[in-house]
Amino acid sequence: MPFDLHRAYTLNPAVAIRPEPFGALVYHFGNRRLSFLKTRQLVAVVRLLESQASAAGALEAAGVSTRERARYAAALAALADSEVIDAR
Amino acid sequence: MRAEAVSARPALAGQFKRGLTAPICLTWELTYACNLQCVHCLSASGRRDPRELSTAECMRVVDELERMQVFYANIGGGEPTLRPDFWDLLDYSVAHHVGIKFSTNGVRLDKRAARRLAGTDYVDVQISIDGATADVNDAVRGAGSFAMARRAMEALAEAGFGEFKISIVVTRHNVSQLDMFKRIADAYGARLRVTRLRPSGRGADSWADLHPTAAQQRLLYDWLSARPDVLTGDSFFHLSALGAPLPGLNLCGAGRVVCLIDPVGDVYACPFVLHDEFKAGNVREPGGFTRLWRESEVLLRLREPAAAGACASCGLFDACQGGCMAAKFFTGLPLDGPDPECVLGHGERELARVCLPDRPRAGPGHSKGSRGSGDPVFLGQIAARAAT
Repeated sequence: MPFDLHRAYTLNPAVAIRPEPFGALVYHFGNRRLSFLKTRQLVAVVRLLESQASAAGALEAAGVSTRERARYAAALAALADSEVIDAR
Repeated sequence: MRAEAVSARPALAGQFKRGLTAPICLTWELTYACNLQCVHCLSASGRRDPRELSTAECMRVVDELERMQVFYANIGGGEPTLRPDFWDLLDYSVAHHVGIKFSTNGVRLDKRAARRLAGTDYVDVQISIDGATADVNDAVRGAGSFAMARRAMEALAEAGFGEFKISIVVTRHNVSQLDMFKRIADAYGARLRVTRLRPSGRGADSWADLHPTAAQQRLLYDWLSARPDVLTGDSFFHLSALGAPLPGLNLCGAGRVVCLIDPVGDVYACPFVLHDEFKAGNVREPGGFTRLWRESEVLLRLREPAAAGACASCGLFDACQGGCMAAKFFTGLPLDGPDPECVLGHGERELARVCLPDRPRAGPGHSKGSRGSGDPVFLGQIAARAAT
């Protein structure tokens, strides 16, 4: 299913997040894929997905600027593609 | 590490150079015992060391790795499956959220073991061969080792393990077999992994005979560039100076994202530098592995910006980063100069000037019999070869 900014998402239960100075390392124990969250704000967005009604809401709640919105949406789409986050 | 997850991200590579809160690629060698005596063994393995970590000590290391969120460990040796507690450690580790990727020559991987592995999550298996035919393989790894590895591959395939890995160290004698290796892997539904020969351990004595020629390196670069699905463990970044960078971080990860725990608990900056100069300490010390990773002077020094040295004026330095620290160290080259296999040939010229008896030696190692890495006869042979 293609990523939809207006849907609700959550972190996949097989995924662990390790905070790092630049952002975080993300590991999916199921498919053994390692991904990188390249900014701390992206980490905040990912952590907020669970409590927000949509991915767009998580971007808003994390204070992602309008200018950065497209870049962050693309990052979320990539994370959905590698099953780090799932639609709920 | 899946190379594609980090490819072509220079900003991220800059972050990695300053080090992370824990390693990404942690190699943990469980024993120096080995049924084989490969001539290029990085850890000069053979005999078990009486000081090896006990089962309880290994479990404490796993507990630390879990707390540090080291998501998986690359287990090797020696031959790790020769440890009587190997399967218990594997289960303990997986239960504590530290996935296991282990390398084996296949000696204990019979049908029963294969079925057990097929039923365990978070475990990856990597079977090593260094020739696509018995003659080429056994010349490096010992008589019967090719047949043994093939039996283990059959067992895994038959048990429905899924995608295991077949791991090759590229040498002068097997580089012409790359397509054959790929066919073997494809036939089993396995993934091919190809890595670089290092002059470490017993490799210090066999490197001059085994390392690929300049023409073979070019061939290897072209072959790998055309096959991004072949894993390389990021080990050929010195070849990125030949054209477009190969997938991966393209930097030396030693002490930054890479680390090694040896069988007696000593921690080194990377699996290829088992030498006091790169030893951070021992996991048995207060603070354990965590403190060593975060505070040891050896590792902190490796996270400081490195000078390009003799390579500063080379336009390709950004591509190859000066190559592999271990390859330079054990061939006696300065660490801030070219890699011995520099694609422009600068390393080869430097090598001819090295006074061979002064090369750093890793000590006697754990080889069986008299073929230790300190054997002076080998020095003479390499000296003669390097001069030509």
